[in-house]
Amino acid sequence: MGRLESEMPRQRPEEKDVAGHPRAADKGSSDVIISIRDLHKSFGGHEVLKGVNLDVEVGSTVVILGVSGSGKSVLMKHVIGLLRPDSGDVFVDGRSLSRTDEHGLQEVRRGFGMVFQTAALFDSMSVYGNVSFPLREHFRKMPESEIRERVSEKLAILGLSGHEDKFPGELSGGMRKRVGLARAVIMEPKIVLYDEPTTGLDPITTDDVDNMIMQAREALQVTSVVISHDIRSAFKVATKLAVLYDGRIVAEGQPEEIANHPHPHVRKFVGTHFHGS
Amino acid sequence: MAKPSASEAPKREPLAGVLLGGPRRSLEKLGSQTIRVVSELGEMVSLLLFAMLWLVRPPYRLRNHLAMMEFVGVGSLFIVVLTGTFTGMVFAAQSMYAFGLFGADALVGPTVTLALTRELAPVLTGLMVTGRAGSAVATELGTMRVSEQIDALKTMAVNPVQYLVAPRVLAGIVMVPILTVVFTVVGVLGAYLVTVVWGGQASGTFIEQTRYYVDAYDILSGVIKGAVFGMLIFLIACYKGYNAAGGAKGVGQATTQAVVVASITIFVVDYLLTIMLLL
Ligand SMILES: Nc1ncnc2c1ncn2[C@@H]1O[C@H](COP(=O)(O)OP(=O)(O)OP(=O)(O)O)[C@@H](O)[C@H]1O
Ligand SMILES: [Mg+2]
Repeated sequence: MGRLESEMPRQRPEEKDVAGHPRAADKGSSDVIISIRDLHKSFGGHEVLKGVNLDVEVGSTVVILGVSGSGKSVLMKHVIGLLRPDSGDVFVDGRSLSRTDEHGLQEVRRGFGMVFQTAALFDSMSVYGNVSFPLREHFRKMPESEIRERVSEKLAILGLSGHEDKFPGELSGGMRKRVGLARAVIMEPKIVLYDEPTTGLDPITTDDVDNMIMQAREALQVTSVVISHDIRSAFKVATKLAVLYDGRIVAEGQPEEIANHPHPHVRKFVGTHFHGS
Repeated sequence: MAKPSASEAPKREPLAGVLLGGPRRSLEKLGSQTIRVVSELGEMVSLLLFAMLWLVRPPYRLRNHLAMMEFVGVGSLFIVVLTGTFTGMVFAAQSMYAFGLFGADALVGPTVTLALTRELAPVLTGLMVTGRAGSAVATELGTMRVSEQIDALKTMAVNPVQYLVAPRVLAGIVMVPILTVVFTVVGVLGAYLVTVVWGGQASGTFIEQTRYYVDAYDILSGVIKGAVFGMLIFLIACYKGYNAAGGAKGVGQATTQAVVVASITIFVVDYLLTIMLLL
């Protein structure tokens, strides 16, 4: 019950005006593309997010760290409008998501790609069908030869060449994850959300995925938000790190700042990597 | 077996509580269930409206629509032919016996045909399609919901109501009436087989009597019922699947509910439509 409501327009009059929220200027020279403001979310009395604030600058790679169950996936789903906040808001390019109806969200999402923690592949479609799906949906006149070319290119980068005709049920967990990655970036979106893109991958493939994220930033100025448990690759790809703890961002900054952060939970979290070696 | 200890024994409620609390509680329960049913009904109506709205908006996914029509129509053809034939045969055999008691054998053809086209074909086709295709749709959408495939569709800027619900409901509206006609036709052929070929009635009697008593409106009323049932079956199946929650168990519950609710709805709506169409 009640799922349907997210498909319908909804007004949230109590929110601040779009123009009223701090943008760009207070963050030095860089432009903020995603701005999360005082985000609250509960599930049946269990408060998961207790006022999250976070800015993501254009062309940056923000890695969100946090223990299992701390609400990272929930936070990410708010950024793309899959969940509606109880209070607070997310602004994408200055546009308030909580004041945007489902039709408007569809427009906003055209600029996004998302990798699900669970891959979320369409199990009625082959690998090729999954990865080509966004192209078919949004470039209806694109010739099949070009679709094939683009899909092959992405699959090659992710080491999936030759698996085009397999179905999700026939893939290993790591392969599924990589197909999800290919599908998320096939449209070459300006913002990509990665929910644990490398969890369950071997170190070599993890490096490939990390390099892919970094290359997208350097070559195409893609903005990435990455959820990761892998401290080593987090520090490698991030231009900014944020630690989610007890429903709030308790630490935020450049990798060096986080490595030497005084917050006890942050020390505990990253300590295993830095202070152990 | 061990005797229940004192702490396990049910606590006695005070008499006033027994007298007042019981009825009040069951009234409350009835009330909340009514509210749930009414709000589900409202949600289903709005799902239908949104599906229809999205149907007429681009993009038009013709291939998707054809695939769903094939799944519902062609996929259900075999069981519809099978059940239709046997329904006609059984009904003819029973009618021959009953009408034979007072020498009205000539009316077997029209009786079977009228019953088939007006009632049996749409209702039984609806039930068969519910069991075969409705349950599959509820399971498919439920699985897509709990494995985040519906969320994934949204992140790719594809409207799931347009992509998933609209083609399924449309396929029901288009294909179930066609299946209803097929059911009627094979049912009448089955009746012909039992009455004329095996039963020895003159072929002309069967055909002439049937043509005399059955007119286009009888066929039409069956087709209208088929279309309404087709829409309801897939609306309910999509709604239950779309709102599934809680893993494999939740998907199973969604499927069971879809089949039960759709079957009951067919019987209730059949009565209402019959009254309306007789007016
Ligand atoms: N749809 C939902 N309904 C109810 N509770 C939910 C829902 N989604 C998430 N939660 C709850 O929110 C909390 C945070 O979940 P979330 O998936 O965001 O964790 P996470 O930080 O991504 O953890 P992990 O690293 O294990 O993926 C959990 O306690 C979870 O039970
Ligand atoms: Mg998660």
